[in-house]
Amino acid sequence: MPDSFPPGSAGLVVPEVHRFDSPLELSCGRSLPAFELVVETYGELNAARSNAVLICHALSGHHHAAGFHGSEDARPGWWDHYIGPGKPIDTETFYVVCLNNIGGCHGSTGPRSLNPETGRPWGKHFPPLRVRDWVKSQALLADRLGIEQWAAVVGGSLGGMNAMRWAVEHPERVRHCLVIASAMKLTAQNIAFNEIARRAIRSDPDFRDGDFAEQGVVPRNGLALARMVGHVTYLSDALMGLRFGRELRSGSLQRGFEAPVQFAVESYLHHQGEKFAEDFDANTYILITKMLDYFDFARDYGDDPVRAFSRAQARFLVVAFSSDWRFAPERSREIVRALVAANRDVSHACIESDMGHDAFLLPNSRYEALFRAYMGRVAGTC
Amino acid sequence: MLRVDLAIVQCWVRPGSRVLDLGCGDGTLLEVLRDSRDIEGYGIEIDAEKITQCVGRGINVIEADVDHGLADFPDKSFDTVLMTNSLQVLRRPDRVIAEMLRIGEECVVTFPNFGNIRTRLSLAAGGRMPVTRQLPYQWYDTPNIHFCTVRDFEELCRQQQIRVLDREFVAEQFPDRLIKATWPNLFCATAIYHLAK
Repeated sequence: MPDSFPPGSAGLVVPEVHRFDSPLELSCGRSLPAFELVVETYGELNAARSNAVLICHALSGHHHAAGFHGSEDARPGWWDHYIGPGKPIDTETFYVVCLNNIGGCHGSTGPRSLNPETGRPWGKHFPPLRVRDWVKSQALLADRLGIEQWAAVVGGSLGGMNAMRWAVEHPERVRHCLVIASAMKLTAQNIAFNEIARRAIRSDPDFRDGDFAEQGVVPRNGLALARMVGHVTYLSDALMGLRFGRELRSGSLQRGFEAPVQFAVESYLHHQGEKFAEDFDANTYILITKMLDYFDFARDYGDDPVRAFSRAQARFLVVAFSSDWRFAPERSREIVRALVAANRDVSHACIESDMGHDAFLLPNSRYEALFRAYMGRVAGTC
Repeated sequence: MLRVDLAIVQCWVRPGSRVLDLGCGDGTLLEVLRDSRDIEGYGIEIDAEKITQCVGRGINVIEADVDHGLADFPDKSFDTVLMTNSLQVLRRPDRVIAEMLRIGEECVVTFPNFGNIRTRLSLAAGGRMPVTRQLPYQWYDTPNIHFCTVRDFEELCRQQQIRVLDREFVAEQFPDRLIKATWPNLFCATAIYHLAK
């Protein structure tokens, strides 16, 4: 069956569930009595256990970063452009670990899971999380997999925040930290977009104050609307112009026609929204957008990112994209400035792209060459 | 690639110092300095391919425009700020040199000497903009927009009260190599200045 997968693909991949039976103390003061992580790994851990790469997913991501779950899968994992044999994160060199984080909705313990104390789904009662809680659970996973030190921790967007947090929480466990299209904290505009999305979800009558699962309904409209708003902010004006322009999907703008008009961009957005509402959990969306909003890299270090980064031992690669206005290039430059002031090893590039924030997921020859060159150096340290 | 001018630059960089290299290209100089002088530091580069080459050889490189992107660096945050063979491509070389002296305790600047006899003869005799081995571009496609001579540069240093700690003149051809020290503005091809404020 693997023969049917495209060249450069990680091929058929199988998620595994890791169960952790001791309580996980969370930064909110509460704890999860036990938790499960759904994990995919690609490639082999070498004898020295020095070639492990952790992939940190963003808001809507999960454990399925590369390859296919079956030959009938229409699409590979979410970062398949960059993970696979011969790709920048080369699965012939690295042991790649990607998980669905706690609070997620793709199998790891989150709002959809049963609360052992009540026997009912956690729903809106799932404890609020911070990025450091993800780091904590990922560190337990690393222990379980026998990984003392990551060759690299890699993440885009929220995943980049996750990667930076690793570098300062466990300095000795991270050799390289790749922070892509990310920020040390969200701007007011960014928080505003997240709140619009949350309000869209909460105002759906089927949200039922977060108890929709128990009542057997799904706030599809709210989720779809949240996704539509988000999606627009992840693209650029130029890209939407290029991809859709003012093309009509149906109807006509000529005089004398009454049939309803639908622009191509409208039907595209509706499709994205519906698809998202199919499998994403509304409580997870609220939970993780709040993680994003609350993240402030330097808060615990006297609001001084230089002091925070001074703890890190990793070498850094910081990548931004020219048309990304949700995590603008200036946010990356702030990270670089702090790293330089902290005298850390860092390289930085701002990739020319029309693709907006989503550029970090999409093919781009310069990005790929840079990513490949950097991971080549990482491979040299394995 | 290590030409005689880069060897001189190397001598002026103290071992173990913190270095910023403006227009670092593919990172060769920083790599040599890292290996021979045990320096730490960063290159600044604007060209996408060269940035990738730096990353490929493990050199810290930061994408920025030297003409505009130096405000991020605090005063005296580096021991030495280098700029080899880039002065002539800048929009405002005077401002960049002032920035270098703000950021670094010391600076090293190298540039092609437009006062060289071959350049002068080429313009005087041919009546056309010089195209030489060192400056192989036509006037319309050259990245070099601000040529200067050794005397021009000395004048700039005088006006801006820049201290010249050391100067070296490099010539590749014969007999220039023998007489460049006597008449640097006529016979040196590349001038190398060690500066401080």
